[in-house]
Amino acid sequence: MNSLPLIAWLVAGICFIFSLSGLSRHETSRRGNWLGIIGMTLAVIAAFVFQGAKETVVGDEPVSVLGTGGYSLLVIALVAGGVIGGLLAKRVEMTAMPQLVAILHSFVGLAAVLVGLSNYLQLDLQHGGAELVIHLIEIGLGVLIGGLTFTGSIVAWGKLEGRFDSKPLLLPFRHFILGGLVALSLLLVFALCSVTATWLGMLLLILLTALSFAIGALLVLAIGGADMPVVVSMLNSYSGWAAAATGFMLKNDLLILTGALVGSSGAILSYIMCHAMNRSFVSVILGGFGGESSAPAAAGGGEPKTYHTTSTAETADWLLNSGSVVIVPGYGMAVAQAQHPIREICELLKKQGVETRFAIHPVAGRLPGHMNVLLAEANVPYDIVLEMEEINHDFPSTGTVLIIGANDIVNPGAQDDPSSPIYGMPVLEVWKAEHVVVLKRSMATGYSGVDNPLFYKDNTAMLFGDAKASVDALLQELRSRAS
Amino acid sequence: MIIGIPKESGAGECRVAATPDSVKKLLKLGYTVQVEQGCGERACFRDELYTTAGATVVSGQQVWSQSDLVLKVLPPTESEATRLKSGATLISFIWPAVNKALVEQLAARNVCVLAMDCVPRVSRAQKLDALSSMANIAGYRAIVEAAGAFGSFFTGQITAAGKVPPAKVMVIGAGVAGLSAIGTARGLGAIVRAFDTRPAVKEQVQSMGAEFLELDFKEDGEGSGGYAKVMSPEVIKAEMELFAQQAKEVDIIVTTALIPGKPAPKLITTEMVKSMRSGSVIVDLASEQGGNCELTRPGEKYCHEGVTIIGYTDLPSRLPTQSSALYSNNLVNLLTDMTPGKDGQLVVNMEDQVIRGTTVAHQAAVTWPPPQIVTPSPAAATPAAVKVEAKHQAPAQPAWIGHLVKGAGIALGLGLLTLIGLYAPADFVGHLTVFILSCFIGWQVIWNVTPALHTPLMSVTNAISGIIVVGGIMQVGSFSSLGGVFGSLLAALAVLIATINIVGGFWVTQRMLGMFRKQG
Repeated sequence: MNSLPLIAWLVAGICFIFSLSGLSRHETSRRGNWLGIIGMTLAVIAAFVFQGAKETVVGDEPVSVLGTGGYSLLVIALVAGGVIGGLLAKRVEMTAMPQLVAILHSFVGLAAVLVGLSNYLQLDLQHGGAELVIHLIEIGLGVLIGGLTFTGSIVAWGKLEGRFDSKPLLLPFRHFILGGLVALSLLLVFALCSVTATWLGMLLLILLTALSFAIGALLVLAIGGADMPVVVSMLNSYSGWAAAATGFMLKNDLLILTGALVGSSGAILSYIMCHAMNRSFVSVILGGFGGESSAPAAAGGGEPKTYHTTSTAETADWLLNSGSVVIVPGYGMAVAQAQHPIREICELLKKQGVETRFAIHPVAGRLPGHMNVLLAEANVPYDIVLEMEEINHDFPSTGTVLIIGANDIVNPGAQDDPSSPIYGMPVLEVWKAEHVVVLKRSMATGYSGVDNPLFYKDNTAMLFGDAKASVDALLQELRSRAS
Repeated sequence: MIIGIPKESGAGECRVAATPDSVKKLLKLGYTVQVEQGCGERACFRDELYTTAGATVVSGQQVWSQSDLVLKVLPPTESEATRLKSGATLISFIWPAVNKALVEQLAARNVCVLAMDCVPRVSRAQKLDALSSMANIAGYRAIVEAAGAFGSFFTGQITAAGKVPPAKVMVIGAGVAGLSAIGTARGLGAIVRAFDTRPAVKEQVQSMGAEFLELDFKEDGEGSGGYAKVMSPEVIKAEMELFAQQAKEVDIIVTTALIPGKPAPKLITTEMVKSMRSGSVIVDLASEQGGNCELTRPGEKYCHEGVTIIGYTDLPSRLPTQSSALYSNNLVNLLTDMTPGKDGQLVVNMEDQVIRGTTVAHQAAVTWPPPQIVTPSPAAATPAAVKVEAKHQAPAQPAWIGHLVKGAGIALGLGLLTLIGLYAPADFVGHLTVFILSCFIGWQVIWNVTPALHTPLMSVTNAISGIIVVGGIMQVGSFSSLGGVFGSLLAALAVLIATINIVGGFWVTQRMLGMFRKQG
């Protein structure tokens, strides 16, 4: 067989590396995506050539392994998948991006499981020593990682979509259950290595698949909604490792390389997200945050504290009289889909000579970079959307801060209250501004269940109501002033 | 009110309490300004400049007797104090702890006295902090003096005539003066090391480009108001060992160690001076308080066995133009705060913490020392910083555990690799190589991604992980056996699912990236 497909895969691998490095900056990001598409097309064509060149002997004639049946099956699968994927991508709302990413991860996981099973079915179990054992372990691991990615992503999708309760589900002894399940699966992989009958092995593999499904589901069920940025990037990482395991199984370097790229990418993202919440990765994965810590916080805040409320008219006054305004969006903005009126507010203010910028906390929203995508969708230029480090020292010179659907990421308790469960988490120091207006439905606590001292500060005013309604009202008010 | 600027009577004092620029600002506050003839001469401000700025030039007699508010640099002499109008206000350095009699004398004459050396060290009062502005100049000048006395370059050079090693400078005490000295020495190209008992200043030292010398001891030397406190004997012993060792290596030592209300600690012993290379220089900024070096003679520069020891006490005055400008700005800032109406009427608001702390005599009574106000140390003011430090220190405490874990990890990894090497086929090892190297590539590439693009990054990596489609394609075929048929069908299903991923992922990324736009 000639090596052309292998070289094509090498080129595809290089394309992927450049694709990811292209995504590091806005200017090169589109080229990065195109490189990814080119690499993928190349890889698929090469796979066809590679598989088509494989020959099997029927009677006396050497025939292509694929044959007409194989080709048509593949083409149907590719076209069908392409159409479904295209529709999904075209229809999705930008606010639903976390869900889409989560569900797409599950597909990779499922595909890894299927490829593993398929590979096992076509395996010659009678020959091969150490090589066969390694191969079987690879299959086992591929199925295990793929399976838990699959259900984990589905649960994450359900939580993001609101189909499942986003509160962490805390089974008693869940750490033991999880540990037991993992141990059992490893045992199954071990058993797989010594089985020579295909049907028995298949049974074991299916059992392993079921176990991995259970592990994935349990793992993510125990993690609360606001930890989803970590979970989604973790699943992203897993989907990569699943592809890498498949690559080992098929002895395909491209799969290994790509899987490792994706795996480490997801791992870094998870790390960045954990860092932004000042939590260790292990504590996020073990889950259960929020449920336990809310009790002491509630008990501590025994006496009712006073807060100020404000009106849209007053808020508009503040906004127009400020030299500079910073808008802090949170998950609430995504839920209320308030990004478009916010952009209009931003433009109106700019016309009135008020410098308006956005401050994005690394874990705002439910996906790394979620807020940036939403603001981009609403046509907010990315150079006025700043990261926490870039803008934090500007708050003292800011006239008004508008907080829309964000809570924990602007909690001063993270800096000055060592007893706070989120103490030490880096936060946006909005309270240093002259006025802080918080758009919020009610005085309920944020995801972490921690009371927010910001709301009781003298320079903070609450604008209660649905975020979308409040933002729209504010926009109307500003428009009438402008005209 | 009339502000008077007398000529400084102290021998060798070249500074002046107002520059032509600051005179203009004082006039804006509604005051009338009269300056003594020749008051700014030694700081290169001629009388004409003051006249142009709007001040009247008067005699020494007049400036004392006709001014309601006198601005000065050094504390007044006894005779000057008697010339002040009763009920007048005096603002200058006073050092009330040393000059108790003077303060009492002034209070007895019903003179309101504000001491620029007593400005509380809180952030609000930073613009009034003359000690800091003078310390900054002293630190700069210390290096300039050292450079003058030092027989070589500061910066290292390789010339046709031979190689010049860079000078090594050690700065003890990283306060304002110390940091200023570090910056100046770095600017001249020297290698700079700095020591301070307060670990909180480590970052500041490093930010100035110096190496922070550390003891093996853990004791925080942070006292109140940003000053250091007296350390325990063990720590002092360790410090002395460090200095003795450094003394042999460095060419220049600048000491700035002061503890409030105490004589300066003796940090550089006679033996250390002896151990220094001939031609080395010591500049002792603490010489007024007795000096950090045992051999320092306050106010003098002399050579001891080849080592020049500079103990000048008037370093800021040796840069008179700049120090006058900064000091007069401090005064203008103070008067701006004390003239709320901008009507030339001075208001001494004893409720104001800063004014209260600065005022040492008011309404015929000595008001020094002021009631203790809680001045947070810089470390306490930023809990985040403390937290970071604590984090760093926590694993450091049982250092051997960390090493053990690390060692065990490395051993485990090596063992695993050995096992693989022993038993795995060469083929597998090749794939493992690709895998591990790819992880490193991914690691390198992803760190550069800007956070704003994290979502597109995820959807692209997600699309790319659809590469598993290749695996699916490679499993389709051999319909000859039952296993083959099932296998092919499963694989085709995998291809379908993976394709959803690929197309969906790339498409949605394209959509997202299309939305990001730049301003304008």
